[in-house]
Amino acid sequence: MSQEGHERAAAESTGAETDAPHQQARWYAGDRYEPLLSEKSSETVTVESSLPDDLTREELELPDLAEPEVARHYTRLSQMNYGIDSGPIPLGSCTMKYNPSFTEDVAAHPGNRVHPLRADDDKQGILHLLYELQETLASIGGMDAVTLQPPAGAAGEFTGIQVAKAYHERQGEGSRSEVIVPESAHGTNFASAAMAGYDVVELPSNEDGRVEVDALAAAAGEDTALLMLTNPNTLGLFERDIEAIAEIVHDAGGLLYYDGANLNSLLGKARPGDMGFDIMHFNLHKTFATPHGGGGPGQGPIGVGADLAPFLPTPQVRETEGGYETYEPDHSIGRVHEFVGNWLVLVKAYAYILRHGDEGLERVSETAVLNANYLASRIEYEVPYGPFHHEFVASADEDAADVAKAMLDHGVHPPTTKWPEIVDEALMTEPTETESKATLDDLAAAFNAVAGMDPEALSETPSETTARRIDQAAAARSPRLSWHDL
Amino acid sequence: MPYVTHSGAERSAMLDAVGVSDPDDLFDIPDSVRFDGDYGIAAHSERETRATVEGILDESADLTEFLGGGHYDHYVPSVVDHLSLRSEFLTSYTQYQPEVTQGFLQALFEFQSLVVELTGLGVANCSMYDRATALGEAVLLADRVRATDGDRVLVPEDLPDRVRAVLDNYTDGPDIGVESYPTSEGTVDVEGLADCLDEDVSMVYAATPNARGVVEPDLDAVGDLADDHGALFCVGSDAVALSLLEPPAAYGADVVVGDAGVLGLPTTYGMGLGLFACREEFLRQVPGRLVGAGEDDAGNRAYTLTLQTREQHIRRERATSNICTNQAWLALRAAIHAAWLGPSGLVDLAEDCVTGIAEACERIDDLDGFDAPVYDGHHFREALVDTAAPAADVVDHCRHAGLALRTVEDAGRERLAVCVTDTNRDRVNDLIDALAGYGGGA
Repeated sequence: MSQEGHERAAAESTGAETDAPHQQARWYAGDRYEPLLSEKSSETVTVESSLPDDLTREELELPDLAEPEVARHYTRLSQMNYGIDSGPIPLGSCTMKYNPSFTEDVAAHPGNRVHPLRADDDKQGILHLLYELQETLASIGGMDAVTLQPPAGAAGEFTGIQVAKAYHERQGEGSRSEVIVPESAHGTNFASAAMAGYDVVELPSNEDGRVEVDALAAAAGEDTALLMLTNPNTLGLFERDIEAIAEIVHDAGGLLYYDGANLNSLLGKARPGDMGFDIMHFNLHKTFATPHGGGGPGQGPIGVGADLAPFLPTPQVRETEGGYETYEPDHSIGRVHEFVGNWLVLVKAYAYILRHGDEGLERVSETAVLNANYLASRIEYEVPYGPFHHEFVASADEDAADVAKAMLDHGVHPPTTKWPEIVDEALMTEPTETESKATLDDLAAAFNAVAGMDPEALSETPSETTARRIDQAAAARSPRLSWHDL
Repeated sequence: MPYVTHSGAERSAMLDAVGVSDPDDLFDIPDSVRFDGDYGIAAHSERETRATVEGILDESADLTEFLGGGHYDHYVPSVVDHLSLRSEFLTSYTQYQPEVTQGFLQALFEFQSLVVELTGLGVANCSMYDRATALGEAVLLADRVRATDGDRVLVPEDLPDRVRAVLDNYTDGPDIGVESYPTSEGTVDVEGLADCLDEDVSMVYAATPNARGVVEPDLDAVGDLADDHGALFCVGSDAVALSLLEPPAAYGADVVVGDAGVLGLPTTYGMGLGLFACREEFLRQVPGRLVGAGEDDAGNRAYTLTLQTREQHIRRERATSNICTNQAWLALRAAIHAAWLGPSGLVDLAEDCVTGIAEACERIDDLDGFDAPVYDGHHFREALVDTAAPAADVVDHCRHAGLALRTVEDAGRERLAVCVTDTNRDRVNDLIDALAGYGGGA
């Protein structure tokens, strides 16, 4: 790219020049920021090949840059991006905690470079780690068996539902057609159930923000295949009636599914299996701190009770006299990913668990819960319900999306907004255990500074960020999805 | 305690602020479901943890792999690690606040642009889990856009069992029938396919290169057949092959799925980066995340996740898929790798996939007791080999020479499969030596 265009923007200010310790770079080049690769260089090459012409393309048009320009391009892009190493990301239900650096080195170890189609004897290291991790997760979840195949939490949900369906069919109960989901549940629960062919029955919350047990009793019946629940729920509230809930579902012949998105508040304190859950998924990339990579890869293993173990995906790993081997469970549902999902996430999660040990894991959930309650006590917005576990949902007086944009000007990432819908203008906040008291105080200050802003000033935020507010509705009305569309 | 930053005094102050003396008091869990045991996991220092995990990983054999079968190893330039591991990328979240995530959004927009160029189709999303789940999503898309009739999809009989097993789970909910159509001489049997087609078919799938490593010679005819019956035509391929092969849109593909992890992703036990592209008219039925270009309040170009009303967090049970976390960081890596190669580098890498396996087959074919490739036609990266001796015995023999190969069931017998890319091409001599030295070879 030409050299003339790179000037750090002089930030316009709307009065939010309070401490913004995590401010990002902006790169102006004429009327845009860092140009697209295609705007720096576009090269059309004529394709010559030993293949016949009718099988090959005539030409390929793509950017053609030397490594220094590639390096600068992506370095600039990274500087225009906010990660947990830049500052806090208190997104409720997303569990964005600091990720230890050493797990990247473990993931870079040459022993990870193994092809999945090797014979079992030739990949004992891989199978050994898979075995150790599946046993460890079973212990943490209070489950009897674990599959490590699903490549994300939502994929874990789908896998768990398919396992439940296969189980019901084998029991001669294949006519069960409904999955019950509380209204506060993650959107993935609804989508995964629908994807598996089930009708979704939505369960209202009671005045406490928890499952309405009477409504559940009315909804559960011979059509019920599954109740999907996260505990604590997305309001950060523990479902104290969990035993009654489990009894209702089991008496109706259904199974109880645990959405593991909030498991980080239970480590060392409670196990889904002990609460009566039959199936659960783990979000390894949340609970066990794998960097989220801007949206993945994740990993969503599921754990099940003994009755459901024969239905898990193939292959599973077991210990033999001399090592480890793969096998297919008797009534396996098959596969949900071609291989074992995202291997590197498994390695990082295992390293994270070993590093902490029992005591460290319990300290994780204790500190996550302490941090959430401390932050909740410091902010001036109304925080309904309680007591909280690792997250809470505040209610903004203004448009929660505006509040989020204004918080960006304070150099912090805002919470999840407008969800769950049970709370008006929801600000769903999960600071996690890795934020210091000073950072929590910064976050509270950002909340409170925004709480005092007048609506007009609010609507003009953010001004201190890489881009000003983006018109998402306009972007959706006339979609431009590649540089070919510009 | 690792990664927990409070001092004792800070912790006390925070406990005071929330009105408890012990963090345990904050846990609103009935005693009856409290966990009072332990997991039995000992804490390790960072050094001990690394030593333990790396020691386990070292238990795998040190082998040169000629395995392929849907998971391919290409050299990944160092700059891919160094840039993608920049923590602002690695430790960032899904771009729900685009004003502070312009960098990642732009990189994903550039990834989508790459896939659009490679496929010739109008729309690409910014990743799927892997090629098998991308195919599953393509079938669900076909079912939605042709919801009034079709409830069968046709796949080639050589579709790997692993991929078929994933597809069976994806098609179970909507009760779509997956049926195989025949192949002949290692490629699509076009007449056989025609016999399978009727108006109930919502999608026809074909891969190029196919599961036998052959570049399909007549996908025009397959596309025409699908079109004549009102079925979508879905093509499976990968980002390196598409750099050389005719863009699928040119022969009528409506959807392209496959693997983009051939760029930027080394062999890491089957991690994937699924690619997904389709014609523009299916835009609002696309699964997964899309990045769009728009403007910010200052009138500058800016990027954002777009058309989110298709997605689970808004549409819930009516979403086009349940995807939330996808493979964004791997898409970033693929985009960096492609940028580093440039168009000539991509074409050269792909051409090496043609010449590498051709050369290996020629040399294997010269050996007594070996016939390579089994099928005439142009191969890409891999080929099947017939052996006079049982193929499994040949695999065992090569294993002792430090080489990993595999067998496949094909046309009722067991055959050897060989995959050659830039990362093992300099070991083909060893492969030839091992095969030549196979005692019972002839």
